[in-house]
Amino acid sequence: MIHPVPPGTRDVLPDEMRELRALSGSLHATFDRAGFGEVWTPALEYEEVLRRGDERAAAGFRLFDDRGHVLALRSDATIPIARLVANRYATEPAPLRLCYFAHAYRAVERGSGQAREFLQGGIELIGVGGAEGAAEVIALIVEALSEAGLNRHRIGLGDGMLYRTLLANAGVSDEDAQPLLESLWRRDLVGLEVRIDRLGLTGSARDALVAVPALRGGREVLAKVPGPAAENLSAVHELLAERGVADRVIFDLGLLRDLGYYTGTIFEVYDPAVAFALGGGGRYDELLGRFGPSRPACGAGLDIQRVHVAQIEEERGT
Amino acid sequence: MTDELTIAIPRGTLFRKTLDFLEALGIETAEIRANDRRLVFPGILTVRPSDVPAYVEHGAADLGITGKDVLVEQSEREVYELADLDYGHCRMVVAAPPDADPLGERLLRRGVVRVATKYPNVAARYFSETGRQAEIVEVKGSVELAPITGLADAIVDLTATGRTLAENGLVEREAIWESTARLIANPVAHKLKAEAVDALVARIRELR
Repeated sequence: MIHPVPPGTRDVLPDEMRELRALSGSLHATFDRAGFGEVWTPALEYEEVLRRGDERAAAGFRLFDDRGHVLALRSDATIPIARLVANRYATEPAPLRLCYFAHAYRAVERGSGQAREFLQGGIELIGVGGAEGAAEVIALIVEALSEAGLNRHRIGLGDGMLYRTLLANAGVSDEDAQPLLESLWRRDLVGLEVRIDRLGLTGSARDALVAVPALRGGREVLAKVPGPAAENLSAVHELLAERGVADRVIFDLGLLRDLGYYTGTIFEVYDPAVAFALGGGGRYDELLGRFGPSRPACGAGLDIQRVHVAQIEEERGT
Repeated sequence: MTDELTIAIPRGTLFRKTLDFLEALGIETAEIRANDRRLVFPGILTVRPSDVPAYVEHGAADLGITGKDVLVEQSEREVYELADLDYGHCRMVVAAPPDADPLGERLLRRGVVRVATKYPNVAARYFSETGRQAEIVEVKGSVELAPITGLADAIVDLTATGRTLAENGLVEREAIWESTARLIANPVAHKLKAEAVDALVARIRELR
């Protein structure tokens, strides 16, 4: 008789576990060498604490404890770490460098083949603002993946405020902007164009809103969207060039991440061997302030399973 | 890194029009037309329309062509929708037998209408959004049979000309939305093969 496990979860046997452990070990060694100390937070948090970080963060799995409190399984490590920083380091002015390896949980559609429980490894850099912080995080992620044996990984780099600013500059109200951002987030570029035209926009404002989501490539795309976002991305790029990893960057001006706390620079990690992003991250300058003293911050998380797949493909030379 | 793209195209009603469309883009299709049973060709996979999003999401194909109806039903798929290809026009409708108003009467007396469909997500969302309670019965084919046999009061289905509906004694009651063929892309291929993807999208825009 076979005793089932919930869909989207699985067992790991020794051959695979050995490799996952080695991969986590390699990533951890790189993070640790760069001064990112490992932390551990509970898999279970109070629902209201997670929701303080992001309204949808507790949407996956909720349960009651023996006293009737509502608990939730964390859907990422960043919100619990923001809570930890507010609780334990509130009076610590110097930048904090933390890393984690932890399971996170999310609701997925039936039959989508995606995991409900997944192992994330990542870093959080707290107290270093602007392009400086973003570049440190991105460069360390690139280095950690190279150390783990990948050499074709790329960074898709964008700015979460860019499209919002374009909409505001075109005179689109927040209320009208919401469905457009929703279309962009859902990657529905056809629906996006239809909705833009329904707003009655014309001329260069209309053309920019239609064209920007498809803008991706080298530095030349930044010239097409002059403004604070392009200046920010250009600064991040320069700092990455100094660190010798700028050739990994693909600017992606239509990039939006699904979590509600990102404020500026955002990025995703790709490898040609894997059809999904290996991970991603960005600046979250307002999240800490929801739990304690406001501090700029930037972080990144990798899906260890997907990095492992990329690693295997790399070895096979495909 | 090679920039050659693999495209998943739909068998079924969109198949011929899709091959004509690829011809117009300058992609050779004679081999596909000559081999009705083969599924895999250089750069092209031929799959069921409702399977196209899965092939693209999981990267078995970089690009895909399928109906908007399929994309709406599988709205959780993480794929880019890049272009409206302007063929394969059809409508998602609520249809019922012509006598009286089974939707209205059923609702009045029982508070709930039973709807058979191949698109359970679309049907559930539509009835919910229009403030009506519906029991959705999912069937895999010949959905027109449901009202005739008493399985359901009405159906939600796709129709191009309305002929199949009429032949089975059904009339269109409500139009939900229009569908056309769409070009979709895997999110990672969209970044890492941007040049090839954009070149194709540009050619499609020129055709229009």
